[in-house]
Amino acid sequence: MAIIEVRDLYKIFGPSPKRAIPLIKKGMSKAEILKKTGCTIAINGATFSIEKRETFVVMGLSGSGKSTFIRCLNRLIEPTHGEIIVDGDDVMKMDMEKLRQVRRYKMSMVFQNFGLLPHRNVVNNVEFGLEISGMEKEKRREKALSAIKLVGLEGFERSLTSELSGGMQQRVGLARALANDPEILLMDEAFSALDPLIRTQMQDELLELQAKMHKTIVFITHDLDEALKLGDRIAILGPDGRVRQIGTPEEILSSPADEYVKRFVQNVDRTRVITAGTVGGHPASITYPSENLQAAMRAMERHGTSSVFVTDTDRRLKGIVTIDAAAELQKQGKKDLGSAIIDDVYTTSPSTPISDLLATAIKTRYPIALIDDEGRFHGSVSRAAIITEVSKGYEGSNNDLPQTLSELQTAGANGEEA
Amino acid sequence: MENFRSWIDIGGGFEVIVNWLRSNMAWLFGAISNAVNGVLGTSRTVLNAPPPIVVIAIFAAIAWRTAGLGVAIFTFVGFGLIWYMGLFTLTMSTLALVITSVVIALLLGIPLGIWASKSDTVWQVMRPILDFMQTLPAFVYLIPAVLFFRLGPVPGVVATLVFSLPPAVRLTNLGIRQVPTEIKEAALSFGSTGRQMLLKAELPVALATIMAGVNQTIMLALSMVVIAGMIGAGGLGNEVLRGITQLRIDVGFEGGIAIVILAIFLDRVTQALGDSTRKQT
Repeated sequence: MAIIEVRDLYKIFGPSPKRAIPLIKKGMSKAEILKKTGCTIAINGATFSIEKRETFVVMGLSGSGKSTFIRCLNRLIEPTHGEIIVDGDDVMKMDMEKLRQVRRYKMSMVFQNFGLLPHRNVVNNVEFGLEISGMEKEKRREKALSAIKLVGLEGFERSLTSELSGGMQQRVGLARALANDPEILLMDEAFSALDPLIRTQMQDELLELQAKMHKTIVFITHDLDEALKLGDRIAILGPDGRVRQIGTPEEILSSPADEYVKRFVQNVDRTRVITAGTVGGHPASITYPSENLQAAMRAMERHGTSSVFVTDTDRRLKGIVTIDAAAELQKQGKKDLGSAIIDDVYTTSPSTPISDLLATAIKTRYPIALIDDEGRFHGSVSRAAIITEVSKGYEGSNNDLPQTLSELQTAGANGEEA
Repeated sequence: MENFRSWIDIGGGFEVIVNWLRSNMAWLFGAISNAVNGVLGTSRTVLNAPPPIVVIAIFAAIAWRTAGLGVAIFTFVGFGLIWYMGLFTLTMSTLALVITSVVIALLLGIPLGIWASKSDTVWQVMRPILDFMQTLPAFVYLIPAVLFFRLGPVPGVVATLVFSLPPAVRLTNLGIRQVPTEIKEAALSFGSTGRQMLLKAELPVALATIMAGVNQTIMLALSMVVIAGMIGAGGLGNEVLRGITQLRIDVGFEGGIAIVILAIFLDRVTQALGDSTRKQT
């Protein structure tokens, strides 16, 4: 269910911004409108919905209006036009009192440069939101301490924030936002001010926290890798303030909507995003012991493979049988497959990025099996599929890829003609 | 040019306004006079009630707590010297004048500064007035002050107020305007009302700057209190004035020394207070 619905949202800075909207709808460009009305378009007709409990990343370069966008959601910046429906209520139509209620109980914000109060220590900073909403002292202290625990800042409750490192300060910012127990977390470039190692660590911790808490997170970033790592879905903003594409990380990488998005994603190491589950297939498999040697032979024949996976009746993987082993059994006239099942087959979870599988793919002779946490068989990914996927990343790049001799000779002949 | 001058008589106009105020607003000046006298009388009584050695010990203790041992020793020796020169009561009178002016200046100046920080229009209007108050030669408004309040400490306080109010307004305004946008946004995003924003975020963050304004206000007040001696404000100003008018180098010098000691004490203590709030930021 959508918790936030944004419809036809515009934010225009400048004198008489409403005047610019009809011009935009007529299809005038950002530059023309600036020239004609003196107005700058920050958000240009955004429409989308954010589902409950998903991490929705808005990604764009500086000047694409992403920070403006997140501030429109809680109206730190007044949008010029449009609707922002949060839980059925239009934020744009709320009076100040109602809006304050939403800010106090429904959404909390985490800031790029933390926005902590320098005169307060850690626990007093974390308490801030609860204090504003008028919670009594003991109760809010209790909530603040548990939020501090959640982000791993125990022992620093009495420290002044200026004594903490950037990463720790942002934990305070995160704890402050979580203390209110809001449904929605707005994170404005929350990790952008941190150095790369700490940033990665904070991203991992956010993912862990999110797996426990299931908040709706709206995350703003200019870093595509961060977007791909954190986002369940990503919205890409163009330099004109227009939403160019909304989709899962894999959708955005594998089918970019336009040239802008394509240029954006071309330098991404796609193997870190594409998962084994996506490139994997459903290979030949049989259920043992209800099926046996005959079934195994038939399955391999039908799929044209040299091996077949074996599972039990609960779809738990038992191992793999090769065509050589099966042929040997048949030669000896045995019917039971049991002795031919080998278990030195590699397994992994469907969510493993294929970059992590490359080394294994080179080592193993069999496809890599995909199993879930309970050991159930979900398919397999072949060595060929992994290598194909990895090599796709190099297509269209300017690297000097190997060429065949005939290609070289053709190119040389063309050169002479020209 | 001469012809133009007769069209509008600026100085004469000011005189007319002053005269009108004198005859029509006497009740207002009476009220102000009573209020100032009340604060002044109280602080003078408090400062003169205990024996000097107790007051000196308290000052030294305050200096120790806020600014450290060095300033405490200076305070003890310095005020001892004032006492030795027989100027202790006069110094306390001057201090009472300073305290009165500063208390009133802060009561007016900080709210005005907050108001100015919230509205560019207000600040645009206030700025030239503050410039005017700070740069207009003191003697120019000493005379109307005497006309309104008669000779004595009250016009002295009012003149001091005119001179020392601007830094309190300016630095409060500056301090609040300098609060980082993200801190303001953070306060708003958690649902602060305007009042919560001011009390829980803006004023505490701006405190160090506001304290610098308090320090300047005190220093300016002290420098003005001496000039106010000319209109019978009393205290050390009278002593310095006596030195000038009677060509008594010794009297003038001793009065001057006492003022310097008082100034250094007040400056170090208030600066230390400002630093301690800054340290946390």
